[in-house]
Amino acid sequence: MSLARRIIPCLDVDGDRVVKGVNFVELRDAGDPAQLGARYNAEGADELVVLDIAASRDRRPTFLETIRRVAAELAIPLTAGGGIRSAEDARAVLRAGADKITLNTAAVARPELISETSLEFGAQAVVLAIDAKRDGDKWVVMVRGGRDSANLDAIAWAKQGVALGAGEILVTSMDRDGTKSGFDTALTAAISSTVSVPVIASGGAKLPEHFAEIFTAGHADPALAASIFDERIKPIRELKEFLAARGIPVRLPC
Amino acid sequence: MKITLLDCGVSNVASVERALQRLGAESQRAATPECVANADALLLPGVGHFEALIRVLDDRKLRAPLCDSIGRGVPFLGICLGLQALYDASDEAPGLTGLQLLPGRVCALPAVAKLPHMGWNRLVLKNQSRLLEGIDADAYFYFAHSFAAIEPGEEMVAACSYGTEFVAVLEKENMCAVQFHPEKSGGAGAQVLRNFLRLCA
Repeated sequence: MSLARRIIPCLDVDGDRVVKGVNFVELRDAGDPAQLGARYNAEGADELVVLDIAASRDRRPTFLETIRRVAAELAIPLTAGGGIRSAEDARAVLRAGADKITLNTAAVARPELISETSLEFGAQAVVLAIDAKRDGDKWVVMVRGGRDSANLDAIAWAKQGVALGAGEILVTSMDRDGTKSGFDTALTAAISSTVSVPVIASGGAKLPEHFAEIFTAGHADPALAASIFDERIKPIRELKEFLAARGIPVRLPC
Repeated sequence: MKITLLDCGVSNVASVERALQRLGAESQRAATPECVANADALLLPGVGHFEALIRVLDDRKLRAPLCDSIGRGVPFLGICLGLQALYDASDEAPGLTGLQLLPGRVCALPAVAKLPHMGWNRLVLKNQSRLLEGIDADAYFYFAHSFAAIEPGEEMVAACSYGTEFVAVLEKENMCAVQFHPEKSGGAGAQVLRNFLRLCA
């Protein structure tokens, strides 16, 4: 079982531009998604995630066009999400060129959305995104871009999501997101040891050590990050060489 | 030489098209028996459920021309579900008959590891392979599946190991198939497609 640990850059997109912020606020422009996607593809990213953070109905066509433009640049899998509320929305995103969709707020409101999309497109195409925030000795699910609590236990929700047909869980720590203080190892490990599908860790990465830690102590299958790559803090290849030197299996592209 | 892509409406045909385009190959989508019967080279991409793919092949009457073409020696490449469809049947849809071009059943991967088998994995070469020519032995390929051909015959030229060993690459005369997604497997995947194009020429 030599499955490589995946490094997945994430682009937060508003229409046709990449935006950045801390803890989901203070957004600013950070470039062209297709251009950034092409760069990550060339640098050795194992997959790319594109999230429509505005997720507004009237800007949907722009986002779909963004997916088309990004997909055209990639020879790696593309996951897209944000604002997917129905199987029809999912179909549009997949037809535009994504290989997988992420479901978040709409799945909390209507969990059957997970089974509907999983049955139609296969579990491998459905990623359940969970925004989790520490609350005492547990984590609660946050919705609407991290603004509201769903009064739902994050670990129980992950389990339910997998039972309904999610093929991967993308868990973002709302406490760490944008802070660059490292992934939430405890949260990721708790979910990874509970579910039978791959768990993608997200939120808080800055240093190569953060990735090494989340792959070992955090039991993450892939790890996702935005700023570490966007701001060229660390090229992906260099990060992978760091991990390989520590015995973590990664794909080093030629 | 034009590659005919079977468009069964259940897979991301566009990403395979783009991958072929990047290699300078011409392709066309086909969804009718005539197109399949007249193809110079055939490619069957597949993502999703075994049942969905087999039903589309039967509903659109593509099964017979596809099997005839492969039998006649037309170069064929199956991807993911396009590999699994070649066997007798699959446990994913027990009542349905596969293309029966290869003996054996497609089975669920054992639940000893996380499923789906999703991500980049390496191959174990079993036999000389035309599809893998010029590719490093330790190259990674992108997999996304829960079912696999785990009881292979002589058609297997490379295996992958995930809970159990299964067919990753098969070659039997003009019939080739891969369980991974070459169109999503970076440079190594592009080389697999390039090798297939060479077989078509």
